[in-house]
Amino acid sequence: MVTLFVVSIVIFVAVNLLPGDFAEAILGQGATPESVAKIREDLGLDQGMIVRYFQWFGGMVTLDLGTSFAQLNFANSLGGAGTVTVADQIAPRLANTMFLATVTACIAVPLAVTLGILAALYRNTAFDRAANIFTLSSISSPEFFMAYVLILFLAVLNPIFPSLSNIFDGMPFSERLEKSMLPALTLTLVVTAHMMRMTRAAIINLLASPYIEMARLKGLSPMRVIVKHALPNALAPIINVIALNLAYLITGVVVVEVVFVYPGIGQLFVDSVKIRDIPVVQACCLIFAAAYILLNLTADILSILSNPRLRHPK
Amino acid sequence: MYGISRRGLLQTGAAAGVLAATGLPLRAQTAGGKLTAGLGGANTSDSWDARTHSDIFMIASCHGAVFDCLTEVAADGSLVGELAESWEASADAKTWTFNLRQGVTFHNGKSFGADDVIESLQMHVGEESKSAAKPIVEAISEMNKLSDYQVEFVLAAGNADFPYLMSDYHIVMYPAGQIEEAIAQGIGTGLYKVESFDPGVRMTASRYEGHYKGDGAGFFSEIEYIAINDNTARMNALMTGQVDTINRIDFKTESLLKANPALRIQEVTGNQHYSMPMLTDVSPFNDVNVRKALKYGINRQELVDKILLGHGAVGNDTPIGPANQYYHSEMEQLEYDPDQAKFYLQQAGLDSLDIDFSASNAAFEGAVDAGQLFQASAAAGGININVIQEPADGYWSNVWANKPFCACYWSGRATEDWMFATAYEEGVPWNDSQWDSDDSARFQELLLSARAELDSDKRREQYFEMQQILRDEGGVLIPMFANYVQAVNNRIYSPDTVGNLWQMDNARMAERWSVA
Repeated sequence: MVTLFVVSIVIFVAVNLLPGDFAEAILGQGATPESVAKIREDLGLDQGMIVRYFQWFGGMVTLDLGTSFAQLNFANSLGGAGTVTVADQIAPRLANTMFLATVTACIAVPLAVTLGILAALYRNTAFDRAANIFTLSSISSPEFFMAYVLILFLAVLNPIFPSLSNIFDGMPFSERLEKSMLPALTLTLVVTAHMMRMTRAAIINLLASPYIEMARLKGLSPMRVIVKHALPNALAPIINVIALNLAYLITGVVVVEVVFVYPGIGQLFVDSVKIRDIPVVQACCLIFAAAYILLNLTADILSILSNPRLRHPK
Repeated sequence: MYGISRRGLLQTGAAAGVLAATGLPLRAQTAGGKLTAGLGGANTSDSWDARTHSDIFMIASCHGAVFDCLTEVAADGSLVGELAESWEASADAKTWTFNLRQGVTFHNGKSFGADDVIESLQMHVGEESKSAAKPIVEAISEMNKLSDYQVEFVLAAGNADFPYLMSDYHIVMYPAGQIEEAIAQGIGTGLYKVESFDPGVRMTASRYEGHYKGDGAGFFSEIEYIAINDNTARMNALMTGQVDTINRIDFKTESLLKANPALRIQEVTGNQHYSMPMLTDVSPFNDVNVRKALKYGINRQELVDKILLGHGAVGNDTPIGPANQYYHSEMEQLEYDPDQAKFYLQQAGLDSLDIDFSASNAAFEGAVDAGQLFQASAAAGGININVIQEPADGYWSNVWANKPFCACYWSGRATEDWMFATAYEEGVPWNDSQWDSDDSARFQELLLSARAELDSDKRREQYFEMQQILRDEGGVLIPMFANYVQAVNNRIYSPDTVGNLWQMDNARMAERWSVA
């Protein structure tokens, strides 16, 4: 909670430091001093920063994220009818992003953990090296580059998946899944390396422990040693890194969503920054921050649960 | 469906001779099918409020598909009636009577009449209004309903172009008494009825049965416009066949599209121009000789070749382009001539000149590069230009019309008077060269007399003279006209004459194109 409060101040200050404002952005070439002043007055942008911060913060505490400037401006010229709040605007986008994150997680987590275990099992073999080189090079290239490479191979040269992920409400699940496949694969490539390397490192770390030696002396197969004996003890760091990467799937999708025209929160964020729609930008930032904090908290709880020593303190 | 409509015949009439010569049959357009367009220029702030529209996604959705105006500019540039059937003016062009089409219904069933026209126009005026069409509607001093299907407009001053102004994409017709509802849901009289609309994401619409335009327009049974602001994503979507057409082709990758046999590129030169306004009330630009020196110091062809990569035409320092009625195409083209530049500098009593040029890519893509090319070419004429790169944010508020010499763009206007009244008339807020000094007296005089002139020959003479004045003495450098470049999948048929007033066949691809 305190973290969120501090984050909210940082967000507010950072967003307000952006040059230009909504009035100038929306009017563009048509900005006359009178119309800019008119819009600023309508939106309350002429008030001081501290006043605006507390107005915003007050709303947030009561779970009211406010109304976007775009909608407010529109409502003012209509005489105040039917406005859409920031929450209404973000909810469907956030749901889309969550869907993409889920699809990606379903592919990436099993893949990364399996690869990590196998890499630990066959460490320093050609397989281990190949998996490392592949995942590290995919994490080292920028996301949009991976996205374009995938589009080139899977959409243009071999039209397997569509390059446009314009999903919408009421789309059948299978079609939705198909359309989300390329962004999900791109994100998978980006997050797999981190999780896989952590799995591998955590397991190898344990392999030197006496009880592993004992297991091996008992004559257990290497696979069994790792899965049954090493993995449960390596779970805590693995869960942590998975949580971190899941948070990234929600907060780090901005570029991927723009490249694939995926109507998620990242795209909304970019569009809103472009027109300086501050309430939406702030709400998005806050959601990103909350996602990080929540997932980290979940990771801590899960790693405690996975460790009997922490579960039953003396 | 297989006949040729009156409108269609008029539109293709000009091209008929060419068609006959090439042996192509005059074809009928097939009805049905779906048009999927990927359009850049969408925002999350988009709505069905035409007063706020400024970019192609909403113009194509609202003005081009769901709503109608009183008049319409056809693909060949002529003015035809849309919701108005005919109109006549008094001799002084002050009083205009519009006869409205009968039997037209809005998508919610309400029938269209004079009240709708009056209320739809009134929403643009008033102190609170931020409408971009405010100056147009403010010029109407009286609106009278003569009958259910006849409206009389009395203008404050005569304006021969008034029917053209009624084709503006901001001035669409809403149902009287239900305007808020119509803006919320998109209820118009257009060829297509809104099915779904997600601002900044997607718009779908289906053909409105029994539309007054009949079988001669609006051939698709459904349309889908997808917002794709990212250039590469838009191109990918077209290349992989997920959309049938896209706007704003990135010139750098155009060759890739050209190499694809399933696609064709449409390129038209319209009125969109890139300009460099100088404030003519600020030294040294208040000296006409300095302005002339600069006009000779810029290499226009080089800018077209390097900034537009050839997708444009050289400008002659007038904002009137090939899409205008009275475009002075025979006027001698200003050429790059450093000796002339030096000569005019001497006339101004100067050996050399040091000036600042403010630019940002917010003005147009490549504006800073254009400034540097200008710098190099002007140096040979003794003019030293210091190019200042300004921040894109707040460019239009802080730099344009504030700094004495900067980069700018205009999408142009359908009529000469409209363009001049927007940016060249004495006292208007967007007069970005402060073109109101004594130098401009003759121009301002002609502007007013041409506006009320109904005789087309006399108007032509006056507009030609005005273009001449701007070329020789005006305060705006207009080095180039930028083409509209878009690409279409061969699955879609588009007529040979494509509108050049605005992108995507004047944003009317849903009305004019069909499945091939």
